[in-house]
Amino acid sequence: MNTPSNAMPESRDPQVNGSQINDSQRIAPAALPATRPLYWSIRRELWEYRSIYIAPLAVAALFLIGFLISTAHLPAKIRAASALDPMRQNEIIEQPYDFAAMLLMATYLIVAVFYCLDALHGERRDRSILFWKSLPVSDFTTVLSKASIPFVVLPLITFAITVVTQFVMLLLSTLVLAGSGGGVATLWANVPLFPMSLMLLYHLMAMHGLYYAPFYGWLLMVLAWARRAAFLWAGLPLLAISVVEKIAFNSWHFAGMLGNRVAGGPDAITYPAQTSAMQHMPLVTLGEFLIDPGMWIGLVLFAAFFAAAVRLRRNQGPI
Amino acid sequence: MTVIEARGLRKAFGTTIALDGVNLRVEEGRILGLIGPNGAGKTTALNAILGLTPYQGELKVLGRDPWTERDVLMRDVCFIADVAVLPRWIRVSQALDYVAGVHPRFDRAKAESFLAKTTIHRASKVRELSKGMVAQLHLALVMAIDARLLVLDEPTLGLDILYRKQFYDSLLNDYFDRSRTIIVTTHQVEEVEHVLTDLMFIDRGRVVFDCSMDEIESRYLEVMVHPEQVAAARALKPIYERQSIGRSILLFDLKSELKPSRVDRPQLAALGDVRTPNIADLFVAVMTNQTGQPQGRAR
Repeated sequence: MNTPSNAMPESRDPQVNGSQINDSQRIAPAALPATRPLYWSIRRELWEYRSIYIAPLAVAALFLIGFLISTAHLPAKIRAASALDPMRQNEIIEQPYDFAAMLLMATYLIVAVFYCLDALHGERRDRSILFWKSLPVSDFTTVLSKASIPFVVLPLITFAITVVTQFVMLLLSTLVLAGSGGGVATLWANVPLFPMSLMLLYHLMAMHGLYYAPFYGWLLMVLAWARRAAFLWAGLPLLAISVVEKIAFNSWHFAGMLGNRVAGGPDAITYPAQTSAMQHMPLVTLGEFLIDPGMWIGLVLFAAFFAAAVRLRRNQGPI
Repeated sequence: MTVIEARGLRKAFGTTIALDGVNLRVEEGRILGLIGPNGAGKTTALNAILGLTPYQGELKVLGRDPWTERDVLMRDVCFIADVAVLPRWIRVSQALDYVAGVHPRFDRAKAESFLAKTTIHRASKVRELSKGMVAQLHLALVMAIDARLLVLDEPTLGLDILYRKQFYDSLLNDYFDRSRTIIVTTHQVEEVEHVLTDLMFIDRGRVVFDCSMDEIESRYLEVMVHPEQVAAARALKPIYERQSIGRSILLFDLKSELKPSRVDRPQLAALGDVRTPNIADLFVAVMTNQTGQPQGRAR
């Protein structure tokens, strides 16, 4: 497939070899804005882990196909809902929109966990860490770019895809209803897209970004350290602490803490089970969220795990 | 100016001592070959120079501490740590984009023109390229960086002979100039022989031989001794003796400090055919003397 004889340049290119050019380049200060390596490192992550955007796109597409089929029953559903009290009516009409958002959030969490399990491990496994480390990018920048994926990039991607999906759903429904004569007003009255989107963004950033931060940090750190059986190392210590606590003090505080964290904190963002999550104002406002000690403890933990991950990446070579 | 200066460089992995007090000094514009058996500490030494591993002792690369300033140092230092460390998922165009994005001294046009002379497609992924093409791609990226120090650790391992030859030809013709410095480790010594300006042998964490190529030429002589002269030649205390197609070949160090009387070139020329030893033979001689036999005594 390749003829080596013409593969390497043979000719001596005066521009390439000119020492004058080298000298003049050397005099010019070689500095880049500090954010450029970070920007390119994040792009690099998106090249390597295309599931970051492909997975939610695929889920959204599948959902829309299902939804399109379901619009066959939509006019009947709207007519039936019109007869009910406003609370029930709202619940029925808004339900698929919430479901879309929840499905995409679940996708986000799965992608985030799998991303964290590979981010600082894969580059050591395939030895490419030796290439990345040959470039003037600090370990801090690299780990920051990797941490920003579950922290910032995934929430934003999930948000954008969810909003577009919900908009397409609304558009499809409107077309179907307009074609079958009526019900558009009832639909639009019950699907407030803009407040729904704001709530979603808040939920994604606060809950999935900030509140879950220690989990992402923990995973990144463990995977920067583990040589193999990464999944085991990520889970076992948490289990071990719980078991030791149970044996020593006959209590489940640690496991309960973990559970609360996953569920969104002891009294943080909880939604009444009956009403839809997206439409109503959060029970915990931004102000309350910011003074929640649980959130801050989580961030401190994240910072500690992050610092450890940076240190580990500096020390660890290929596996 | 001095590019690398190491004094008493030490590194241990558990009870294994990888570097045992290495002293090293590399000046600008040199091409240093670091040769040693497997596990001698070559890669550890290079890793310390590149800021990939912590160490004890003093080490300055371009005036910086590589362990604490790796990211800054990498603006002026390039390395090919191994064949096939380029991530397999990356596209050629993405590799160019990324290096152009993060490296202030990367000249994209230069890399493109280098790649244009190969059969590598911009849209290919690294996993789709042959081993030789991956090496070409890595070399294209590295040669387009205006670095002051280039470190190559077994850069041609596993490549066929044509790629290997082209690799060093490109490096010498298109890249090297007097303001750059190159360190290379390899087991294929005969391929770098004509490239090097300096030679260093390392064994069990120690530098056991450190010499410029010019000095080797004036200092070491290999004599293919006439059969009737063998006893006389041995009396002059060669540092190594081997047999080749029925003839004895004796290697002499003309400036050995350990010998009371020095031999000289005409004296040896009288005993047989004289030539400068190649690196491989010199290496075997030095290593054999290292492993137990006292200096100056042949088998």
